[in-house]
Amino acid sequence: MDASIRLTVDGTEHVLDVDTRTTLLDALRERLGVTSAKKGCDHGQCGSCTVLLDGRRHLTCLALAVAYDGSEVVTASGLADGEDLHPVQQAFLDHDGYQCGYCTPGQVCSVVGMLDEVKQGHASHVTEDLEAEPDLTDDEIRERLSGNLCRCGAYRGILAATRQAATS
Amino acid sequence: MTADPVQHTPTPIRVRSVGTRLERVDGLEKVTGRAGYAVEHGADDGFDGALVAWLVTSTVARGRVTSVDTAAAAAHDGVVAVLDHTSAPRLADTDDGELAILQDPQVHFRGQVVALVLAETAESAREAASLVEVSYDVEEHEAELTEEAATYRPDSVNPAFDTDSDTGDVDAALAEAAVVVDEEYRTPHEHNNPMEPHATTAVWRSDGDGEVLDLVDSTQAVHGVASTLAPMLGLEQDQVRVRAPYVGGGFGSKGQPHAHVVAAALAARHVSPRPVRLAVTRQQMFALTGYRTATISRMRLGADADGRLTAIEHRVFEQSSKVKEFAEQTAVPTRMLYAAPNRRTSHRLAMLDVAVPSWMRAPGEMPGVFAHEVAMDELAQACGLDPVELRLRNEPDVDPETGNPWNNRRLPECLHRGAERFGWAGRPAEARATLEGDWWVGTGMAAATYPAYRQGGNAARVTALDGGRYAVAIGAVDIGTGARTVLTQIAADALEVGTDAVDLEVGDTRLPSASVAGGSSGTASWGSTIVAAAQAFRERHGDDPGAGAEVLAEAADDPLGTDVAFHSFGAVFAEARVHRRTGEVRVPRLFGVYSVGRVVNPVTAHSQLVGGLVMGLSAALFEESWRDARFGHVVTQDLASYHVAAHADVRDVDAEWLEESDDAFSPMGARGIGEIGIVGTAAAVVNAAHHATGVRVRSLPVTADHFLGGR
Amino acid sequence: MRAAEYVRASSAEEAVGLVAGNPDAAFLGGGTNLVDHLKLGVARPDLLVDVRRLPFGGVEQQDGPDGPVLRIGAGVPNSDLAADPVVRGRLPVLARALLAGASGQIRHQATTGGNLLQRTRCVYFQDVTTPCNKREPGSGCSAAGGYGRYNAILGASETCVATHPSDLAVALAALDAVVVTLGTDGERRVPMADLHRLPEDAPERDTTLAHGELVTAVEVPLTDVARRSTYTKVRDRASYAFALVSVAAALDLDGDTVREVRLAWGGVAHKPWRARRAEEALTGAVLDEAGIEAAVAAELSDAVTDDQTAYKVPMLTGATVQTLLDLAAEETA
Repeated sequence: MDASIRLTVDGTEHVLDVDTRTTLLDALRERLGVTSAKKGCDHGQCGSCTVLLDGRRHLTCLALAVAYDGSEVVTASGLADGEDLHPVQQAFLDHDGYQCGYCTPGQVCSVVGMLDEVKQGHASHVTEDLEAEPDLTDDEIRERLSGNLCRCGAYRGILAATRQAATS
Repeated sequence: MTADPVQHTPTPIRVRSVGTRLERVDGLEKVTGRAGYAVEHGADDGFDGALVAWLVTSTVARGRVTSVDTAAAAAHDGVVAVLDHTSAPRLADTDDGELAILQDPQVHFRGQVVALVLAETAESAREAASLVEVSYDVEEHEAELTEEAATYRPDSVNPAFDTDSDTGDVDAALAEAAVVVDEEYRTPHEHNNPMEPHATTAVWRSDGDGEVLDLVDSTQAVHGVASTLAPMLGLEQDQVRVRAPYVGGGFGSKGQPHAHVVAAALAARHVSPRPVRLAVTRQQMFALTGYRTATISRMRLGADADGRLTAIEHRVFEQSSKVKEFAEQTAVPTRMLYAAPNRRTSHRLAMLDVAVPSWMRAPGEMPGVFAHEVAMDELAQACGLDPVELRLRNEPDVDPETGNPWNNRRLPECLHRGAERFGWAGRPAEARATLEGDWWVGTGMAAATYPAYRQGGNAARVTALDGGRYAVAIGAVDIGTGARTVLTQIAADALEVGTDAVDLEVGDTRLPSASVAGGSSGTASWGSTIVAAAQAFRERHGDDPGAGAEVLAEAADDPLGTDVAFHSFGAVFAEARVHRRTGEVRVPRLFGVYSVGRVVNPVTAHSQLVGGLVMGLSAALFEESWRDARFGHVVTQDLASYHVAAHADVRDVDAEWLEESDDAFSPMGARGIGEIGIVGTAAAVVNAAHHATGVRVRSLPVTADHFLGGR
Repeated sequence: MRAAEYVRASSAEEAVGLVAGNPDAAFLGGGTNLVDHLKLGVARPDLLVDVRRLPFGGVEQQDGPDGPVLRIGAGVPNSDLAADPVVRGRLPVLARALLAGASGQIRHQATTGGNLLQRTRCVYFQDVTTPCNKREPGSGCSAAGGYGRYNAILGASETCVATHPSDLAVALAALDAVVVTLGTDGERRVPMADLHRLPEDAPERDTTLAHGELVTAVEVPLTDVARRSTYTKVRDRASYAFALVSVAAALDLDGDTVREVRLAWGGVAHKPWRARRAEEALTGAVLDEAGIEAAVAAELSDAVTDDQTAYKVPMLTGATVQTLLDLAAEETA
């Protein structure tokens, strides 16, 4: 069963027909050819498919596209303006925060979304004082980015990149 | 194409870029997600209008398919074809039991491919796959590894080591030993789980030039895929083109093609000339794409009162699949790690009705050194010796197995430097001595080793371009190791130009032949060949060649000979914390020092060594593929139930290396670094957890249960 | 994934009518569990009724008959609920349970109602090639005698040994929350203790809700005891993992003596386990390690373990001791 939906992806508006079973991830990858969002597990267990959905970091593999009619999606590709990188992306390059690159676009989107959550004062599992302004320690960064698995084990570089992006 | 390659013996290069930092040359593509992985290729690459292939896998562990009812699947909206063993194209060669799928009704393990669906969309393909009704004649299966069941003696162990070894008189030495450690160590089944699931895009074209199978595959060896598939499909190797521009990790599981690549090829042939995209699901990966077999190691160490080893015995019991043998070389590193006059090793397998095990990062060394290095910790404890000192006392002058001299064995320096940088000194001799807050704290260490390999069968091409630039081509694959970057550096130095004057091409069988990105052999094998080609190019064309000047070269036959022992070494130090009430285990510090020859690029090398440590940490604390023997398959078959280390688990993890150059091994002075980081790491963590708590864990993973009286 | 019709409900009543009238229909909220199940074949609805955009979004303080309550719309994402100032200040156990769950991404997507109604992560329930009474009544339980590390030790039956995976539900159980639902017969208020059920001989039913009954809100009493509350989650991985065991606790002390205590456990049963026997044993007594251990032992006297779950008894004991002693230290600080 098909439905027509409207999505803005990396600044471009698309009207497309999707199967009601189509996930947002497959709508991006299979229908629109936007493969910046990766499929690592397809079940919300790895974070590779993370994008910014209406401004917040979000998994696209557990979202049915039809339910997000009218939404705005920004992928890691859209965070950059051509070869002009987002500061978070530049920080990943500076600190070698990746190896194979497959989880990387999701990591980048997750960092961007996470830093925004910190600005809004969101606490995390390791925050001692739930009511204080969060202090973005290394442990805070690690916890807040734990929804993005990296099998190459590039966490050390991702941490350093996030620290740089958070303070620049 | 150039004519036959010239043979050239590479000589050591003058390093300029090699040894210095160079940002990954493919970084921009990766951080934007624009890098195209295996199923991310469309019309631009010749894959317009691809169908989606979905695998149907067996739900029994052993038996025969008696019927496949495809009616409901075929009738599903968008389905183009359903293939099973009666309808799939025939293979020309069915000798490989893992790869010869859809050719006969036999079911060898649960999760084997028994049918596949081709549909216009992924949604249709997935649903139709669930509608294929397969009936079976079920036979009784065996799927449990026990020591008693492991009686089969393989002819050799991976890749071609002797199955057993026996030197001196182990039993007599043990009988006389002042101190004996006699224990059993276990490692579980583990799955590589690269973040990019195994996937292939395929199109089978017939045109004036005959038939061509064109693949983009997530593989560690494009030429390996072509050479394996071609004879199975009745094609010449040059009729199979394989590209792997970007590969989302492999860790050995993409070192050889698995059944899904054959499935994609058969599907593409069936719907030729339409392309096909096949992505293995994360769950299917647990049956179809290889794994590290569980191991049981019976270790017996005998020593004199001063901790000098008199006997080392390592008997290994592990398993393989009845449909294809893979014998992990678990006891092989025990043959060379320490000196002892009396040594014995053996490998015995239980041949089971299970999925086919294969390579996973440091096969052999990872489980084998785990067993040996935990046993050494127990020996240190029994002798009242510092664990570092125990290793130093058992340092062999020559390779104990062959008597060959070491090329460059610097384990003692790794131990000393690691101990110093980690802050090993002053650690309490007794276990369970330090309680900080609610956490028992301890430190532990282990040695690491990995053989240095250089593979044959490589060729590289150097072509002069306009403006002083050079195209350098080799069919190597960058699976995230940084090969693209380090080979650019090696080529630049060999040609004596800047890295920005080198256009490196990799990842395509249309490029000169290359060996697998495996066995920590890539940089040395490919790099040596590029050096050979660059030096031959300069000899033939000089320093100011005209555009178009070209040389295709192979590194001359292995100059290493067999009379020197080439290995890398390392020392791993860990701090473990165990919660005194809940048993939770955390590793706040992990540090490795390595002797790996010259490091070509300190950025990518550091990431790879740390990545190996992280995978070792993950194996130490979390990883376990739990096979339910009743059904025959792994039931922890996703990333929520098969845990790999998450960001919060990885705290202060760092690696260093000794400054050195191994010019006898490669013209860059480099050995390999891909695997050694995982070796010894789990042992260091287990030893640290023992030091923290006094509880000796002898099976992985080291979960809380162990400290709460269970498991 | 079975082909399904998709309807975006324009009202709760419409949504309830559509689902209640079709046994193969399902509500779609954040989708973090349902979409997972659609792909696995665990759920095969032919009609998806999207309730995510219904106006159940607010978090507001209200006066209830027994004092102030926090009314949480069923559609409030877990992240927003954890960030709510009242939750952070007056219901720390709730904030902590939410923040211990899933990942930053999933918390944006998962809703309050959906979190409570998520289903077990028992590996056999999620693997349609194996028998499972919860997924296919009468087919058998594979988890008994199979992979059992996450299995229940309290209240299990011969038909099912699954545990409930929600962290939020454990906190709400400790807080005596009330779940507000809308069914074809109108609104209903279900105490948390009565929402989830033990498997007995009908493990296919996780809750006492009727098919088509929609969670619209959760009301949490803003009590004094809840001010000093926290959530401890024990797991192998330090983050992004389901609980081996978990403890939601709230404590009010009079000197060394327990005036009031709330205790609920996760990872031990088919439902969040309110440890009332332990609460009774602790109330009025001096709070110390031995007393807590004895109280936990009393609660666990009916526990049934095997070699794979035996660890849960000492782990739960240790986690409960740790949690209550930490809360007591917080109070004296």
